[in-house]
Amino acid sequence: MTAILSVRGVTHLYGADKGCQDVNFDLHAGEVLGIVGESGSGKSTLLGVLSGRLAPSCGSVVYRDSQGEAIDIYQASEARRRNLLRTEWGFVEQNPRDGLRMNVSAGANIGERQMAQGLRHYGRLREAGLKWLRQVEIDPARIDDLPGTFSGGMQQRLQIARNLVSSPRLLFMDEPTGGLDVSVQASLLDLLRGLVRELQLAVVIVTHDLAVARLLADRLMVMRRSRVVEAGLTDQVLDDPQHAYSQLLVSSVLQP
Amino acid sequence: MSTHEHTGDAARDGGYNFAYLDEQTKRSLRRGLLKAVAIPGYQVPFGGREMPLPYGWGTGGMQVTAAVLGQDDVLKVIDQGADDTTNAVSIRRFFVRTAGVQTTERTEEATVIQTRHRIPEIPLKSGQIMVFQVPIPEPLRFIEPSDSETRTMHALNDYGVMHVKLYEDIATYGHIATTYAYPVMVDGRYVMDPSPIPKFDNPKLAMSPALMLFGAGREKRLYALPPHTPVVSLDFEDHPFELPTWEHCCAFCGSTTSYLDELIVDDQGTRQFVCSDTDYCSRNSALQEAAQ
Repeated sequence: MTAILSVRGVTHLYGADKGCQDVNFDLHAGEVLGIVGESGSGKSTLLGVLSGRLAPSCGSVVYRDSQGEAIDIYQASEARRRNLLRTEWGFVEQNPRDGLRMNVSAGANIGERQMAQGLRHYGRLREAGLKWLRQVEIDPARIDDLPGTFSGGMQQRLQIARNLVSSPRLLFMDEPTGGLDVSVQASLLDLLRGLVRELQLAVVIVTHDLAVARLLADRLMVMRRSRVVEAGLTDQVLDDPQHAYSQLLVSSVLQP
Repeated sequence: MSTHEHTGDAARDGGYNFAYLDEQTKRSLRRGLLKAVAIPGYQVPFGGREMPLPYGWGTGGMQVTAAVLGQDDVLKVIDQGADDTTNAVSIRRFFVRTAGVQTTERTEEATVIQTRHRIPEIPLKSGQIMVFQVPIPEPLRFIEPSDSETRTMHALNDYGVMHVKLYEDIATYGHIATTYAYPVMVDGRYVMDPSPIPKFDNPKLAMSPALMLFGAGREKRLYALPPHTPVVSLDFEDHPFELPTWEHCCAFCGSTTSYLDELIVDDQGTRQFVCSDTDYCSRNSALQEAAQ
């Protein structure tokens, strides 16, 4: 089986040990990779580099598209990169306001990717909008409401729907449950887990919440001071951490 | 000709360079216009000058007119289709004073027509130049405030958001409610804001034998449609582009095919519909009187 995302020697530094350096991994279709670590460890920088938003100073990110063609993200043209970002990829921002268009309705938010891909049929856009609102458990009657009238959890679910409408193969998520209260977090995680399994999505998820990582991720990478200090299966890393920092991280979790 | 208000250099104020702007400025404008004509629908930045009237009153259009005007040109200026409103009269007088050119109200006699918000009803012909006054040249601005981002979107043909606006219209009103500044696709490549002309005039842009030049003074952008350029109004398959229709005919000339303005004529709210194109309307009326 070939990886859909191959990352080799990726480095992007803002200063000594600030950013990310020498990151290597392969991600396969349908696999969920969690990146955990403390604030400032380089998780979000790494995610930016992986998702085509931040050119690395060295190293390569190669994506294998649905036709099986290998695309080096930072060698490809900007047009190609943008096209990937709105078709085969999705990006769920930590703050839904960054990922949504707040001045147009929920339906238009969901339909935007399809319109960008050339769908010019209002009826079918509408159908897809209603379908995806149901999928993410938002009342379809709210299709014409502005995202600003939604609660934080609903906005996050709308953002997920907006990304999934183009049937992406690879989804990037930056702290998708940050800023949500625990019960809303739980239902969002439940939804995400269902969608990931059902749609066979490959996911790279950045989080500092080990419970989120435990629930969603198949594999974990632990980052500290710009480097990956430990990587492995989620249960293995969380139940039997080898690196001193991973041990500290796991032991820091409060048990209610 | 009797319809010309002035002829030749007689009315020209010698204190100004021909058509107000200095020659270097006009040359730089022409260079920009040539580029705009070479890439239909593409917005070319230019070094806009201060004009002796405020932004929003047609400074972009006036600079374009000044750049293309020659001594033998015959100028027509319209504002909302009318030759006799303040904006039209003052711009026309400005060019009579600074360039001494002939002016006319008759569409077919004009070689340069500067316009705000309309394209004349009488079909344009080869050799004529339309100059549009543009307030906001960027059709993507409503959804994307960043200029570097909109330029990238144009460069990469990334126009998905244009339909987001039309989608919102249908979702809110049940039909595409955009009635002016209706976005168009030029020659299958660039999405363009046709300036605030009513969408009724959009079909007149397509394959027109006349040259169309657009000038935005505040935003300092030029763009153009060379003659015979394909121009398509954006729409959905199940909500196609539609022209507005009226239940009334013009109260003056009885036209059923021209673009009508709605007027409220008394305190009881009585409405009348009249042609917005005054030249077309008055000549239509004269024809009917002659026939009687």
